[in-house]
Amino acid sequence: MSKIHVSTEINGDQVEFLCETDETLLDVLRDQLGLTGAKEGCGTGDCGACSVTVDGRLVCSCLVLGAEVEGSAVTTIEGMADGDALHPLQRHLLEGAALQCGICTPGVLVAAKALLDKNPDPSEEELRYWLAGNLCRCTGYDKIIRSVMTAAAEMRGEKS
Amino acid sequence: MRYVGVNSFADAVDLMGSEQGKCMILAGGTDVLVQLKLGLVEPDLLINIKAIPGVKEISVSSTEYRIGVAVSGAELGEDAGLKAEWPGIVEAMELIGSTQVQGRATLVGNLCNASPAADAVPALVSAAARVEILGPLGRRKINVKDVTIAPGKTSLAKDEIITAVCLPRQQKNSGDAYLRFIPRTEMDIAVASAAVNLILAQDGSVQSARVSLGAVAPTVLLVDDAAKALVGSKLDDAALEQLSMACSAACSPIDDRRGTIDFRTKTAGVLACRAAKIAFQRAGGSL
Ligand SMILES: Cc1cc2nc3c(=O)[nH]c(=O)nc-3n(C[C@H](O)[C@H](O)[C@H](O)COP(=O)(O)OP(=O)(O)OC[C@H]3O[C@@H](n4cnc5c(N)ncnc54)[C@H](O)[C@@H]3O)c2cc1C
Ligand code: FES
Ligand code: FES
Repeated sequence: MSKIHVSTEINGDQVEFLCETDETLLDVLRDQLGLTGAKEGCGTGDCGACSVTVDGRLVCSCLVLGAEVEGSAVTTIEGMADGDALHPLQRHLLEGAALQCGICTPGVLVAAKALLDKNPDPSEEELRYWLAGNLCRCTGYDKIIRSVMTAAAEMRGEKS
Repeated sequence: MRYVGVNSFADAVDLMGSEQGKCMILAGGTDVLVQLKLGLVEPDLLINIKAIPGVKEISVSSTEYRIGVAVSGAELGEDAGLKAEWPGIVEAMELIGSTQVQGRATLVGNLCNASPAADAVPALVSAAARVEILGPLGRRKINVKDVTIAPGKTSLAKDEIITAVCLPRQQKNSGDAYLRFIPRTEMDIAVASAAVNLILAQDGSVQSARVSLGAVAPTVLLVDDAAKALVGSKLDDAALEQLSMACSAACSPIDDRRGTIDFRTKTAGVLACRAAKIAFQRAGGSL
């Protein structure tokens, strides 16, 4: 079976890859491009550990084929920090002890950033619904929610 | 499996017509990719339709909304005009999955996956929505109600494709609503659901109604007796009682660990009453 040639943009860089027709974007990111931040928790759209954005939309990369991102712009967790400087969301999740095993964390961060890009001042309820597709087995969610709310406040320029 | 991204519906129809093996259309992929992964489907040819011009657009004329087949749930919810006119349909679509799933999932994918519990379908049926279909013999339009014929099966021929959802403009003094019951608050599949679309007369009573139920039969039901129970009333207790009874009488659900036959049957009636009240208030009626 011949592979499909795909050219796309990932975290601002032009990228080309060859993939099998049934290879998901998640597989391509992890196995071909070495971008192992997105995790495979379930592979069926339930856990959100594989969250990335495609053309500005938050999606599960396990539910997108590699072939489908031809001509698109993808962002992953690897594009979040600015060099060595962590994004405020990353810093606050660390400081707030909002991760234990860390498997859900990249997905949570990508999803939370997608919300704050759309609405810099979400209510806690809005945030909880937005993150309902990001499952975490460890933290019990409270610390995640609190850390994101604190990061959002800081990003709005409010003093905590 | 081969993969093709087409640039026109006509190309998709040609490919489906000439393919010897099994074809599958790829819209948002939130059903297709899960089924591929689980080995539930094994298409020989997968046809991505998201690059066809216009499939991401919602257009509106004096008579109808035309919703492109690649418009995602998130995009549907961002169309303020559509949301104001058909809040029940938009809310039903927005119930599907997580934010991530909303970024991809489409109305037509929900319809053509043909699950009895598909959330967007009862609301579309209550709205008398239609779909436009292209096949080798040309275009035709059918009611959404006539698309699903059994769980997992549609009435489309092997070489037919849905090209748009056509939603009538909502009339004055009308409103729609959709409710489902799930055991959790998010990320679950309906155990029973109900959609109601009402038009009120000058005197504030119900002039006409369409009531449909999901997850309580092999396909979504349009319950005429339930609509009759509402017509002429202002949703007094007697009318709601009649509505509930008519809905329960129409149910023929499955029995499983997520909901017994009794529970689904009763819940469908309760949800129809609650949805009717919301639709009535949206239409400008006062309870
Ligand atoms: C985590 C998760 C949660 C979910 N929760 C819900 C839920 O709460 N409620 C619910 O109802 N569903 C739910 N779903 C199922 C799914 O998201 C919906 O059914 C969705 O609307 C499917 O749309 P899609 O565009 O992704 O379809 P796809 O997967 O692309 O396609 C679905 C089917 O429709 C066919 N098809 C698509 N477009 C066309 C066309 N134009 N013409 C003809 N056939 C076509 C495809 O060939 C396929 O058979 C969930 C799925 C996941 C992964
Ligand atoms: S791995 Fe994609 S949602 Fe779980
Ligand atoms: S920290 Fe372990 S799953 Fe969230």
